[in-house]
Amino acid sequence: MRLFFGSCFTLVLAAAIGLGATWLTLTRGVAFGALTIGAWTAWPRSGSVDIDPYARATIARTGELPVGTGDGVAFYARTDAAGKPFDGRCSFAISGITPAARFWTFTLYDPDGRLVANTIDRHGFTSAEIVRDADGRFTINIAPRARPGNWLPTGGIEQFVLVWRLYDTPIGVATRTTKEGPMPAIVPKGCS
Amino acid sequence: MILRAFLWVLGALVLGGIVHLSTVLAMPQAAKQDAYARLAPVAPVNTMTTLAPPSAQASVMPFMDPAFAVAVCRYDISSGPLKLNAPVSQAYTSVTFYTRNSVAYYAINDRAAGRRAIELDLMTAEQHAQMPEEEVVTAADRLIIESPTTTGLIVLRALAAEPGLMAMARRALAAAQCRIEPQQKP
Repeated sequence: MRLFFGSCFTLVLAAAIGLGATWLTLTRGVAFGALTIGAWTAWPRSGSVDIDPYARATIARTGELPVGTGDGVAFYARTDAAGKPFDGRCSFAISGITPAARFWTFTLYDPDGRLVANTIDRHGFTSAEIVRDADGRFTINIAPRARPGNWLPTGGIEQFVLVWRLYDTPIGVATRTTKEGPMPAIVPKGCS
Repeated sequence: MILRAFLWVLGALVLGGIVHLSTVLAMPQAAKQDAYARLAPVAPVNTMTTLAPPSAQASVMPFMDPAFAVAVCRYDISSGPLKLNAPVSQAYTSVTFYTRNSVAYYAINDRAAGRRAIELDLMTAEQHAQMPEEEVVTAADRLIIESPTTTGLIVLRALAAEPGLMAMARRALAAAQCRIEPQQKP
């Protein structure tokens, strides 16, 4: 009898541990070979056949197609320096320089990867359309309400995700240091 | 008593680890809403289809780049090799090959292709090995890609550097073609 209860307990606990761990890793997007530069993280190996099983499972679940290695690399930012998710009711300034690439695009999504509805129908910027100062630097103002310059509306949503995609770039699996790939800084500018 | 309970918990941990690893490994096969499944209703087999641009209301796949026009060829090369012909748009064009389970196994951009159009032959390793020798020589200037699976996705992306250029990028993609080569009689 004790054996029976013992094995039942073990099997239920095993299922809970196993499925719980799978759920946690897949919803949080765990993957190996992360390249983190400041607030930004990319998984260059996810765009090749060297993709690890966790990343494979994650993209199968979400239904997205990763950027291929010969095409470019995608950097994700989900939280600020303090680890807090980006709040769409707050303002942020993004400025600095970007790694070498023929083109880059910058896009704001909700946590599920959908674009966010807004009055000016703007979801991001490309390297060609962004307004720069005389030194070639730029500042993007992410805010729920209109701002001068490069304004990217948040639509006031609770939480948003930023994706910086570099196309035709030397940044990839071999990149190790921040010096090779300087990414723009994300500075909180207060909440309304 | 405590030792016995400890052993049961230890057993649960080991079993749980096995459950975790096997569910992660089985996920790509079990997923019902992966990219291929999402594209199946909108993209016919072995035909190039330009996708509707992503918007806040609807998007075929999550995390699509709104600055790009996208065309998809959902291929099935079990009956023979596939020919891909894609004119290059003005700003930036890339072609990425995915397996049935969304693994990007090959990607090339317009500059790496080095021509005004990207021309590729897609075949399985078996079909590649069966190619007659003379054909291999004449095919030297054609780019041959080996697909690890008989089904998969070819995704063409053309950048619209400004929203005003989107119509042009979509036109460039509309001229792209993918089709099965007619089988030659032996």
